[in-house]
Amino acid sequence: MTALVIAEHDNQHLKSATLNAITAALGCAPEVHVLVLGSTCSAVASQAAGVQGVSKVIHIDAPDLTHPLAETLSAQVISFLKSVGSTYTHVLFASTASGKNIAPRVAALLDVAQISDITKVISADTFERPIYAGNAIATVQSGDAVKVITVRTTGFDAAKEGGAPSAAVESVQPVSHPALSEFMGQEVAVSDRPELTAAKVIVSGGRALGSQEKFAEVLTPLADKLGAALGASRAAVDAGYAPNDWQVGQTGKIVAPELYVACGISGAIQHLAGMKDSKVIVAINKDPEAPIFSVADYGLEADLFEAVPEWVKLL
Amino acid sequence: MKILVAVKRVVDYNVKVRVKSDQSGVDIANLKMSMNPFDEIALEEAVRLKEKGLATEVIAVSCGVTQCQETLRTAMAIGADRAILVETTTELEPLGVAKILKALVEREQPGLIILGKQAIDDDCNQTGQMLAALAGISQATFASKVELSGEGVKVTREVDGGLETLSLKLPAVITTDLRLNEPRFVTLPNIMKAKKKQLDTLTPESLGVDVSPRIKMLKVCDPPTRSAGVKVQDVASLMDKLKNEAKVV
Repeated sequence: MTALVIAEHDNQHLKSATLNAITAALGCAPEVHVLVLGSTCSAVASQAAGVQGVSKVIHIDAPDLTHPLAETLSAQVISFLKSVGSTYTHVLFASTASGKNIAPRVAALLDVAQISDITKVISADTFERPIYAGNAIATVQSGDAVKVITVRTTGFDAAKEGGAPSAAVESVQPVSHPALSEFMGQEVAVSDRPELTAAKVIVSGGRALGSQEKFAEVLTPLADKLGAALGASRAAVDAGYAPNDWQVGQTGKIVAPELYVACGISGAIQHLAGMKDSKVIVAINKDPEAPIFSVADYGLEADLFEAVPEWVKLL
Repeated sequence: MKILVAVKRVVDYNVKVRVKSDQSGVDIANLKMSMNPFDEIALEEAVRLKEKGLATEVIAVSCGVTQCQETLRTAMAIGADRAILVETTTELEPLGVAKILKALVEREQPGLIILGKQAIDDDCNQTGQMLAALAGISQATFASKVELSGEGVKVTREVDGGLETLSLKLPAVITTDLRLNEPRFVTLPNIMKAKKKQLDTLTPESLGVDVSPRIKMLKVCDPPTRSAGVKVQDVASLMDKLKNEAKVV
């Protein structure tokens, strides 16, 4: 039994979510390989070769793999899997925007079910995954020959990076295929802050912030002092106070930092689904009945516009 | 150009479900059921494209039990022209639904197929991508903007870190994210009109699709509960707790 992890990267560095997927893969099968698909991305392949537990890296390089389009990437994954017969029993992706985009396409082309967002590996064919916004945990068993899986990163520790590459890197020729879609451009915010899903501390704001200006003015100093990433509730994102990729919740980002600070967030079940696995939760809210207090380790019933600046002064 | 929209009947998003005591599943008997919120956004987008004169017909499809008819009537009240129910009592998985939709795509030849990015019950986030793969067509998931023109469609997608824009050849599959649009309210006159619209019923068998489950649900449990902690009096005592008790600052 061998598991194949599809690496996520920007052609220079491996995304940390892949390290969590590697840990999940090691629970599925004794041997783990990593498939790196990209354009001039040999640095990523050697980085993957240095991750503990990885015994082989397959590197496929092609100019049209610069941006991970689902059609192109899945076609390459499928032709690689077909070329190696029945070597792989598991194909794993991190459950990121990119992984969620590509994995079901691979599963459908293999005519197998996909097991989404696993949080635990029970055995090679049995997994735990949350359903109904995390209000229930299902234990599911797959009867398919190949298990296509997306891994909820908060469920697994990151595999350690061992420095010197220890696994062999094998280059495989890309296949050509018709282009069905074309990458036009992207607007990605450049920030010095830690990435939301990998941050140790998250400061998150809700509708109570009242405006985009106030959101930034009140929460940024706290996030700076705590070295935190900024997050938001759906209400705050919908109202335009924060960008969409900051949304924490059932259908946004799932996070589990050491410290999660919820400011002016009432705590709808959809929001709690995205952050209730955080180690320590702090809630600052004026409303004593806010559901967020039912999951908070430390609740401060206060006006956030006074409490947050006061906290910043003490840090 | 026709647009096909897939809609799923799910437990209403405001209802908190309970796990059955025998751990065989989630108890959904007598709960309020609604259209999956992401599918409502999908339907709204399709109806808006028709209203702009960019589409000729909007067809709503649902797969599942007889009661999905109610979801389809709602879809027609929002503005779908007709509806198709693919009726089965088999517990459907995304792969099975994708196969049904692929068979309907072959029949109806739509230019666009719009689906919600994920259903809020099983939280799978698979069906749209699987349909695109099986039909051998392009996909744009997690859409926040759709611009249709002639032979193609430009879609802005919500991705980790920001937004991405793709240009797709038609036919294409689009799955919707929250910021794409705000669905309209259903009006009483439109509910009345929807009752007269055409609703066809098919079965997976009549479409030649095998929907037998691939995944066995062994058990369903409650998640580990997180108990409420303490309320602190002021910012100073919050700092003290975080420093000396939780040791996270």
